[in-house]
Amino acid sequence: MEKFETTTAVTAVLREINIDTDKIIPKQYLKTIQRTGLGKGLFSELRYNDDGTDNKDFILNQPSTKNVEILIAGDNFGCGSSREHAPWALLDYGIKIIISTSFADIFYGNCFKNGMLPIVLDSDQVNLLMDDAGRGANAKLRINLEDQEIATSDGLIINFEIDKFLKHCLLNGLDDIDLTLEKANKIESYEKKIENDRPWV
Amino acid sequence: MSKLRTLYDKIWDDHLVNTSEDGSSLIYIDRHLIHEVTSPQAFEGLRMTNRKVRCPEKTLAVVDHNIPTTDRKLGIKDEESRIQIEALAKNCAEFGIEYFNELDIRQGICHVVGPEQGFTLPGTTIMCGDSHTATHGAFGALAMGIGTSEVEHILATQTLIQRKAKNFKVIVRGKTPYGITAKDIILSIIGEIGTGGGTGSVIEYTGNAITDLSMEGRMTVCNMSIEGGARAGLIGPDDITFEYLKGRPRSPKGDDYKRAVDYWMALNTDKDAFFDREIILDVESLPPVVTWGTSPEDVVSVNGIVPDPNDIDDLDRRNSKLTALKYMGLEPGTKITDIKLDKIFIGSCTNGRIEDLREVAKVVKGKHVNENLNAMIVPGSGLVKEQAIQEGLDKIFIESGFEWREPGCSMCLAMNPDKLQPKERCASTSNRNFEGRQGFKGRTHLVSPAMAAAAAIAGHFTDVRELDQ
Repeated sequence: MEKFETTTAVTAVLREINIDTDKIIPKQYLKTIQRTGLGKGLFSELRYNDDGTDNKDFILNQPSTKNVEILIAGDNFGCGSSREHAPWALLDYGIKIIISTSFADIFYGNCFKNGMLPIVLDSDQVNLLMDDAGRGANAKLRINLEDQEIATSDGLIINFEIDKFLKHCLLNGLDDIDLTLEKANKIESYEKKIENDRPWV
Repeated sequence: MSKLRTLYDKIWDDHLVNTSEDGSSLIYIDRHLIHEVTSPQAFEGLRMTNRKVRCPEKTLAVVDHNIPTTDRKLGIKDEESRIQIEALAKNCAEFGIEYFNELDIRQGICHVVGPEQGFTLPGTTIMCGDSHTATHGAFGALAMGIGTSEVEHILATQTLIQRKAKNFKVIVRGKTPYGITAKDIILSIIGEIGTGGGTGSVIEYTGNAITDLSMEGRMTVCNMSIEGGARAGLIGPDDITFEYLKGRPRSPKGDDYKRAVDYWMALNTDKDAFFDREIILDVESLPPVVTWGTSPEDVVSVNGIVPDPNDIDDLDRRNSKLTALKYMGLEPGTKITDIKLDKIFIGSCTNGRIEDLREVAKVVKGKHVNENLNAMIVPGSGLVKEQAIQEGLDKIFIESGFEWREPGCSMCLAMNPDKLQPKERCASTSNRNFEGRQGFKGRTHLVSPAMAAAAAIAGHFTDVRELDQ
């Protein structure tokens, strides 16, 4: 996994609350055996008209969000299905940071497995950033994970909280499976104990 | 240990392999279910890193999400689905994992198959790349949906890295009135706490209205925990649980069974154990419910009306509900019983078990599906289907005008050919009414099997309690 670097990037806003994973990536795109190439299906029911042309009103079809890397979304983003295709689609499209007042648990965890950063802020902060991003293409945000800081183009700094372990993995691009396999002896002794204590398992 | 603990605390403690200084924990996974949609990339990951499956016997594979529900011997026409299903068969063969394919009578929706086989046991940790894994919590198992990277992590290590969630107690008390089912109970809970209400928590459902439920009903309740934001739901194991498990193919036998029951009993939440949050629901005043919008929290009584979002103060919430209303093609104030339907879907991991089919048969026996709609019943597994046939339910369904299909997830998520057309309106026993869930621009109303059956006969929603008994 790539290390998470500090970035200054274009931000798009989706004010809608409860954006579910069916909306992020509808099921017709789940019939793939690969992790890549899902960007074309991202928000497809919002992004395209019935005839397949771009819906010009949708935020990601507006010139100001070209090269978007940061999405600011309404509360409870990523609810619903466990499909990791949702973060894969966002990442494939170029979005690797999502800011909201809350995320669904499974989606939140899935982001970190793909080097993506979901940031939780309180509603005043999210509203402020949404208004800021509405001011056009120059309204970029700088995201610094090391210092847990978001800087607006006006120089305003907002700090955010993040789990230490998840931060460490993102900053160093660590693979969880490698980390766990370092504890193989602990897994083995657990398995031996269970064979005795709960043989029916 | 002297500290009073919840069922979740106890299962967690018994599965801790390691706790790191940073607070993250490594927990052991006893049981792992996989299916064709969320596993291919996990196997690909194993191949790329040259890793093996640590315990192939602890994973069970079944095809369910995109399998057609028509005659299986005809093969799978959709090429992408076929490739995905073939990939699962190939991956299982290569890594030594047991697989129930589309011609196996044990095939079905993974959350119906696990319990049926006794693969699901109290006090175990059960994971699956599907958010409705919470279903297995009905047995007092810690069961959660996971992403594909976590599927790969379990295959490689038989563990997961997790942080402990909060304990949330939902007490459902009272005697459940006639016509009210487990589905009405869980939809009412979600209506109360909201779709994000359980985020960060494991919900334990308690109270006599819960313990009065059969295992099937308990599974319906736990199944939809994720619709309230909770990754897992739990119900303490009791005699109803043990009776269900006795004699299942993978349940413990003989002395092991007795030892297991002792262990399972001791897992129940200690009296006065601490919960971070508690709510109480009185079941005696519950009506049969219907969802009107595009979130499972949009719950209303069958005798109610479509609410007016303009009454909501919060701007973002108001806009969200106005969008939902527009999508659903409804007007505020419309009586729920005036909403006409085009399709009826009975099935899914929420309501595709034998008891659900019995409920439907009771309502539709000797009556006929309304001529303006199409109604479909998709059993949750081949064994559910076989049981229904033994009880003669298939004849009742077919004579009433229902389509009687082969098992699978079907129109719950419409990855197979079973779909709504744009603007078609469906009463569905499934779990999600999201935009496009059952087909592009399709309109889903979530209900219980009995309510779906009553609507199939009437052609519109109707209070199942008012039908002739």
